[in-house]
Amino acid sequence: MTTTIFIARDSTAIAVGADGIAAQISAQCDQNQHPVQIARPGSRGMYWAEPLVEVEINGVRHGFGPVTSDAVAGLCDLICPLDRAPIDPKVFKQHPLYLGDLSHHAYLAAQQRLLFARAGLIDALDLTQYERLGGLRGLRRALASNSQSIIDQITESGLRGRGGAAFPAGIKLKAAAEAEGVNKYIVCNADEGDSGTFADRLLMEADPFQIIEGMLIAALATGATRGYVYLRSEYPLTASLFGQALVLAREHGLLGPSIYGSSHSFDIELRIGAGAYICGEETSLLESIEGRRPEVRSKPPLPVHHGLFNSPTVINNVLTLASMTSIMAEGAQAYHDLGAGTSRGTQPFQLAGNIRFGGVVEVPFGVSLRTLIEEFGGGTASGRPIKAVQTGGPLGKYLGVRQLDVPMTYEDLASAGGLLGHGGIVVFDDSVDMAQQARFAMAFCAAESCGKCTPCRIGSVRGVEILDRIKTGKNLEKEIKLLDELCVTMTDASLCAMGSMTPNPVLSALTIGPEDFGLPAGSRHPTES
Amino acid sequence: MTTINIDGSDYEVAAGENLLKAALSHHQDLPYFCWHPSLGSVGACRQCAVVQYQNPEDTRGRLVMACMTPVVDGMRVSVKAPNAVGFRAGVIEWLMENHPHDCPVCEEGGECHLQDMTVMTGHTSRRYRGQKRTFENQYLGPFLNHEMNRCITCYRCVRYYRDYAGGTDLQALGSRDRMYFGRFEDGVLDNIFAGNLVEVCPTGVFTDKPFSRTYTRKWDLQSAPSVCQGCSAGCNIFASERYGKLKRVHNRYHKDINGYFLCDRGRFGSSFVNSDLRLRQAGVRIEADLFQQVSIEAATQHLRDLADSGDVVGIGSPRASLEDNFALMSLVGEANFSCGMNDVEAAMMDQIFDLYAKTPDAVATITALERADVTLVFGDDPMNAAPRVALAIRQAARNVHFDMAVQAGVPTWQDAGVRGHAQHALSPLYIATPLPTGLDDVARQTSHAAPADLAVLGLQIADQIASPPSDDAEGFVANIARDLLAAQHPTCVCGTASAEPAVMQAFAAIITALIKAGRKPQMLCTSAEVNSFGVRRFAGLSLQGALDRMQQGSNAMVLQNDLYRREIPAMVSAALAGAGRVLVLDSFETATANAADIVLPVTTYAEHTGTVVNCEGRAQRAYQVFEAEGQDIQPAWRWLSDFEHIDDVLHACAALPAFEGLEAVSPEAGYRTATNSRVPRATHRFSGRTAATAHVSVHEPKTSVDTDTPFSFSMEGENTGQAGALIPYVWSPGWNSNQSLFKFQQEVGGSLTGGEPGVRLGFAPSKSSADGSASSRTKPATGEVNLIPHPQTFGSDELSSLVGAIVERCAPPTLWLNPDDARALGLSSRDGATWPDAKTTYLVQLSDQVTPGNALASVGVGTGQSVLPRDAVTLIKDSAFTPPPDLIARG
Repeated sequence: MTTTIFIARDSTAIAVGADGIAAQISAQCDQNQHPVQIARPGSRGMYWAEPLVEVEINGVRHGFGPVTSDAVAGLCDLICPLDRAPIDPKVFKQHPLYLGDLSHHAYLAAQQRLLFARAGLIDALDLTQYERLGGLRGLRRALASNSQSIIDQITESGLRGRGGAAFPAGIKLKAAAEAEGVNKYIVCNADEGDSGTFADRLLMEADPFQIIEGMLIAALATGATRGYVYLRSEYPLTASLFGQALVLAREHGLLGPSIYGSSHSFDIELRIGAGAYICGEETSLLESIEGRRPEVRSKPPLPVHHGLFNSPTVINNVLTLASMTSIMAEGAQAYHDLGAGTSRGTQPFQLAGNIRFGGVVEVPFGVSLRTLIEEFGGGTASGRPIKAVQTGGPLGKYLGVRQLDVPMTYEDLASAGGLLGHGGIVVFDDSVDMAQQARFAMAFCAAESCGKCTPCRIGSVRGVEILDRIKTGKNLEKEIKLLDELCVTMTDASLCAMGSMTPNPVLSALTIGPEDFGLPAGSRHPTES
Repeated sequence: MTTINIDGSDYEVAAGENLLKAALSHHQDLPYFCWHPSLGSVGACRQCAVVQYQNPEDTRGRLVMACMTPVVDGMRVSVKAPNAVGFRAGVIEWLMENHPHDCPVCEEGGECHLQDMTVMTGHTSRRYRGQKRTFENQYLGPFLNHEMNRCITCYRCVRYYRDYAGGTDLQALGSRDRMYFGRFEDGVLDNIFAGNLVEVCPTGVFTDKPFSRTYTRKWDLQSAPSVCQGCSAGCNIFASERYGKLKRVHNRYHKDINGYFLCDRGRFGSSFVNSDLRLRQAGVRIEADLFQQVSIEAATQHLRDLADSGDVVGIGSPRASLEDNFALMSLVGEANFSCGMNDVEAAMMDQIFDLYAKTPDAVATITALERADVTLVFGDDPMNAAPRVALAIRQAARNVHFDMAVQAGVPTWQDAGVRGHAQHALSPLYIATPLPTGLDDVARQTSHAAPADLAVLGLQIADQIASPPSDDAEGFVANIARDLLAAQHPTCVCGTASAEPAVMQAFAAIITALIKAGRKPQMLCTSAEVNSFGVRRFAGLSLQGALDRMQQGSNAMVLQNDLYRREIPAMVSAALAGAGRVLVLDSFETATANAADIVLPVTTYAEHTGTVVNCEGRAQRAYQVFEAEGQDIQPAWRWLSDFEHIDDVLHACAALPAFEGLEAVSPEAGYRTATNSRVPRATHRFSGRTAATAHVSVHEPKTSVDTDTPFSFSMEGENTGQAGALIPYVWSPGWNSNQSLFKFQQEVGGSLTGGEPGVRLGFAPSKSSADGSASSRTKPATGEVNLIPHPQTFGSDELSSLVGAIVERCAPPTLWLNPDDARALGLSSRDGATWPDAKTTYLVQLSDQVTPGNALASVGVGTGQSVLPRDAVTLIKDSAFTPPPDLIARG
């Protein structure tokens, strides 16, 4: 009997050696003359365990990870023993890398996965597997209903934009549905550029059909006939996988002139960005698709009325569009039952930085930051105490240890001065140099500024220079004062969030780690930032 | 109107306007960079921050960018609030950190908007250290310098060049603090309105190259309000002098003509005044190629003798002022005076006069063309004939943007919003010309054909307007007719360049048909020269009639006119040879002057005061800027008449019926400002009054008294509160740059506080009976082509072609041929072709837009000729011809 071994085909997993491990295991199995089939699904998002090797025995997937090259030989003795000797899962326990039956693993079991329910379980490019695990149910229901009832469902679910702005998704669909236009567009924003975020990529690599299905539902709701997925160029594997998924979807009649035999037509084009952070901003993204300099458009008009190629356009994040599938499949109420306050449903939080168990944790809104970091994340990877946490990408504030109990909803995090953004959480231990982090924030802005407005373009360059001088300790008081003033002007004056939010991490870094700037500890009060 | 409160005072402002424009319209001192009255708001520079208060109780307020904030009734804002002041100083501080401290050697110094704003915000010392960015500069052609290190990244250059002027080869390149405004590689900036970058750039990135070669600070220039001599548009200019040279020309705002922009031919071509070909002494021919200098008295005597001879014809000129032409006409008598245009052009001018006289309300101003919702450009390419007109037409093509913006709730001044929203939408613009034009990129449909065929097309359009096409009728003619009939401001533009009266006849038929259909069309017809619309008002002989009389032995006086540019050279030579004595009054050596018996030197527009009439019938005064070098040089009217003052000439001229109302053209010499002052030509900071002439005498000379105008030749006087026609330069305390203009306007982009310069004259039907209903051209025989004049922006105009920088921009003499004809004639692209009696060899270019049987020839370019044979010619290949290097490759 052939044994199936699963090793993720996922950018992160491959980055830590998954391809090499797969090749090694394959070679070892040949040597052992043990017939194995190596399957390459997407990742489950347990990145701390990658390269994760899963062995399916009697329908149970036993996990080992993280598997290093050195560990392969020993592992193969267990999972593909020589001469087809019987595999005994009981002895797995003795292996130091053994993670048990992954479906019961605490990291996953404690999550409530809607978006990532299939991630790692199915072959990303197998539509049958997708359908078997609940895929396409939402689309079928959408096809059987009408535009208004889809919009109603999405509205009632309380789904908000997952890109960071948290705009109610139903309202956007409704506006686009009501807007007049010969052509309407659904644009999926996959220009995932925030530091510490990887959920979009993971989902596109693990479950691409879900995104296609979500875009189809949005298309049925609005009458759009064409979609664009705007993907950042740094994700070549994603581009390849998603591109193949689009071809398969067309072959299976999911995309094309008649969606599953209906009168609806819809197709999707994959567009690859050229590496500018600003393209993640929705209107710059539209400019980029149209082939122009990605400068932020002024609103109004809003993209829902005059968006891509001047037509009504729904532009949503990958996760927002994907969420529409489970809302349509399970009903608005089921989705709305999850979450807290006005943040409904689940959010895939992405644990990154100095954290023991980094990866995707999809749980309903309202979970505390501490739970995410300590219970899921297991604290810092270094074992040292946490000093700072940055949420919401490079423009989010650094939160200090005293702020870890904040419930993760848009509103609660905002009132704590933080940003939920795309759900990225980057953890730092007490060895972090907050002055370096502040410098990074300014340097990031200096590198990514589109160059249009003065504060962002010049202020960020000067900010880097001031922070460099602060490190020398000379004229400290004067330089700090200048930095404060610079941050006020950048906040007040920048044309878009890029420049106006860059002071967030800079000033909060000062509050959290004044000693890193050469100032006495506790010399900066939170009110100052 | 809306009432807003700025720093405690209430102001009435236009509803829906942006706060910056509203504040500037009330002459507030509020710094800005990226905003421009013609370009709208984009909110890029963040310089115009003010504090806006939410309600009467609000004491903190919040910072807003004035240019991006619509005015609302009852809104309360502060320009002077400390946080707004501090913020603006902060933005300047950042800009100045990257800006080199090369003000002493920068051409913009002393009239730099950045300097003004820096001083205004109070920024004095920098607190930031760190390196300034540096860039490599580009060669951008003969007109403009490029100094990117000075750039403050306001984006005004690309917004003007691309969005407003339709250029494509200047771009915003790079990103972050490496933003670069230039071409993708070194080369000549292609757009013929590029020179406005000198004034659009708020600092010294784009500066006037010819000016910078012999640079003078703005405050050392002596300036006067003048009128561009480059075409019939009559754009208003500030002409400025130092050391007896015309140094530069800047735009002089006129609400109805040029607004804020000039074309490059006008801006850079106006310095023909400094030409080496200037005549500075009177001379009498003593042998074939030798003139003997004579005194003013002797020269005057020669002139009197000729006038008294009893048989003298006077040939005036469309490039001379009304006063000069009038003086000549008075001297020789109406029956002996010719306006100096050739008969074809005169016939077309008469057609225009007839049309204008019949439908006076339809005659548009140039800026009114910008308001057109449907435009037809017919018969003549305005990019060549009157470039500023073309720039106005380009704006009309965008009008649909503003309609869409209003519908979408976007303020029309919100430039990025309006453009982002409208994208490629364009108002209908139809172009029917012999060759593709520089406006074709914004045209809905074009049709290029020989003038005779265009005339037929025009009559078809008129027919379709009279009996409207069905809704589903397709095609060029049906579309134009339908759109013109549906338009609110149907607008049609024509010109005389085709030298084909049938074209003008067809144009008139279109206008007449529109009026018959109950529409209110706007129209404008252009001609090549500055005073064609003035001089044609003088009745008299045809040029042919004048030349005939010369050939039969009459004496002749020729005023500022090179006859070789008017008629077939053989005909002119015969007339000059047959004439009795020929006296030429001109500013330059010309072929005609060289053939004369007596030559009298006359002043140019910059050295005398004169009146010209533009294509909309507006008489305007170009004031003397400086005193001509050379004792013998004087205005032609002084040579020709006994009038004491220019105003006396004008009054006499105004007594003619064709010039009714002319006295109102501008204030007379006795005009004084409210404080009983003259208006100074020099700025109050003018320096070197003694030193400027120290090489002649160390004593400061007595300043000349100007008896002809209200201006002084010095800094004495008052440059404020005067009539709009009398602004010699713009300056206001704190505003040294051209941006100070708003202090002279009633509101930004509106009328001048002292009223609009000039007066529009009426039109009377012409007395001639030119019939242009059918083309006079016959179908050429096999192997022959009809030659059609194809004027060029650079090189076809006589005066600007005297300027080196313009010559650099001239293309070689070129013939455009249909590929089929070329094949039949054995010619290919970039061959040399000529015809018997042609003055030169032409570069062959092929275009399938040329109607077979025709060849378009550039006129007046290089050694090319101005007047083409009217009969069909046989083209001959010139095997010895080497084509000049390709302009594009050289670019």
